[in-house]
Amino acid sequence: MALDTCTISLTVNGQPHVAEVEPRRLLVDFLREDLGLPGTHIGCEHGVCGTCTVLLNGASIRSCITFAVQADGAEISTVEGLASDGGWHPLQDEFSAKQGLQCGYCTPGMLMRACEILADNPDPTPEQVRSAIASNLCRCTGYQFITEAVVAAAARMRATAAAKEAAS
Amino acid sequence: MKPPPFSYAAPTTLDEAVGLLTEHAEAEPRVLAGGQSLIPLMNFRLAKPGFLVDLRNVAGLSGIRRDGDILVIGAMTRMSELERSPEVAVAVPLLAEAVGLIAHTPVRNSGTIGGSLAHADPAAELPAVALACDAELLAAGPAGARRIPAAQFLRGPFSTALAPDEILTEIRLPVWHGGHAFAEFSRIHANFAVVGVAALVELDGDRIGRAALAVTGVAPTAIRATAAERALVGAAAHATTVAEAARAGADGLAPVGDLHASAETRISLARTYLRRALDLAISRARNER
Repeated sequence: MALDTCTISLTVNGQPHVAEVEPRRLLVDFLREDLGLPGTHIGCEHGVCGTCTVLLNGASIRSCITFAVQADGAEISTVEGLASDGGWHPLQDEFSAKQGLQCGYCTPGMLMRACEILADNPDPTPEQVRSAIASNLCRCTGYQFITEAVVAAAARMRATAAAKEAAS
Repeated sequence: MKPPPFSYAAPTTLDEAVGLLTEHAEAEPRVLAGGQSLIPLMNFRLAKPGFLVDLRNVAGLSGIRRDGDILVIGAMTRMSELERSPEVAVAVPLLAEAVGLIAHTPVRNSGTIGGSLAHADPAAELPAVALACDAELLAAGPAGARRIPAAQFLRGPFSTALAPDEILTEIRLPVWHGGHAFAEFSRIHANFAVVGVAALVELDGDRIGRAALAVTGVAPTAIRATAAERALVGAAAHATTVAEAARAGADGLAPVGDLHASAETRISLARTYLRRALDLAISRARNER
């Protein structure tokens, strides 16, 4: 049963993949090197900084302390999957409009974590966003603008959802 | 900063998993649960297991159920499931409160209760919860299953009563009828606590009927504060009793100082957080009635 490589099949941003990986392959390296999706960044490599955050079946995880084999059968979402039909996700839009990034290194992780925060609570207070985003470090310390961007995106996403509901 | 090479298997049964641990004993195999403690250690190459037995495909290791006065939790149950479980909130709210203090959501989405207990970090919250609750831990090995009381499970820093070919499968927590509190000091929220206190208090009228206290960060493992418990039981549930118990609990401690806090600071923190946890647990016990 012990194998030097393992076959895994998983979905990344809606795209199915089957791949041979070494068991020690970290999910973040698998995404960046093997699938050519470098949007997910590598920071501390021990689960502290959060820049490697991706969603696994909708839940945020640290892809630097997750083996690719552990994602076998899972649906992974990365920052590359946020934009659709050539348009940015409301979170991306608001991070841009409100300057929710400076150097941008933490941004992919911030965006993916923000997706989960808004899925859990579509109408968070700035205080709730601040507390939830504490999982991710921004070394430029741009937390104020990040919080404002997430709150603004939440309002837009609620308005879109309400408009959709009214139309149906 | 990448893990060293290892062989890997993700068996589907517990027997198979135990068999693999026995078969690959020479490779110093490790069990992989959520990986939130083990993988950082492997990235740093502080742990170099030659073989990993991943439990993710083993059926029946995850889940939360009530068995009379016992809350039964599968070892592979994720922290975030414990956090959201109405059953945990009702039966062992101390556990729910402690889990909320562990790292951040992305880590709790992967990390498991069994993984944390088997890793046995002396600063971790869950060993203290297991100890305060008098939990029983179920282990499966080549000779079958056995039950290990939490007090015998914790052996030292990162060391438990589990044999190398044993797997923690289930945590059994007796339901406590009364007040609870988990209070801890950490320099930044979600960092490992310098000192943490798990408190359970049951009132008998205006007196304390039962008390269980466990403290982290003051010994090689989480420990019960038995002197404090003795000072509480039978005494009136007021501030003087709490202050005396906190003093008694902190007095006998002989922690080792490190770069996070000196021995004196740890003793002082233990006294303060014993008091805070007891105050909160007593006020919650009053509201329970």
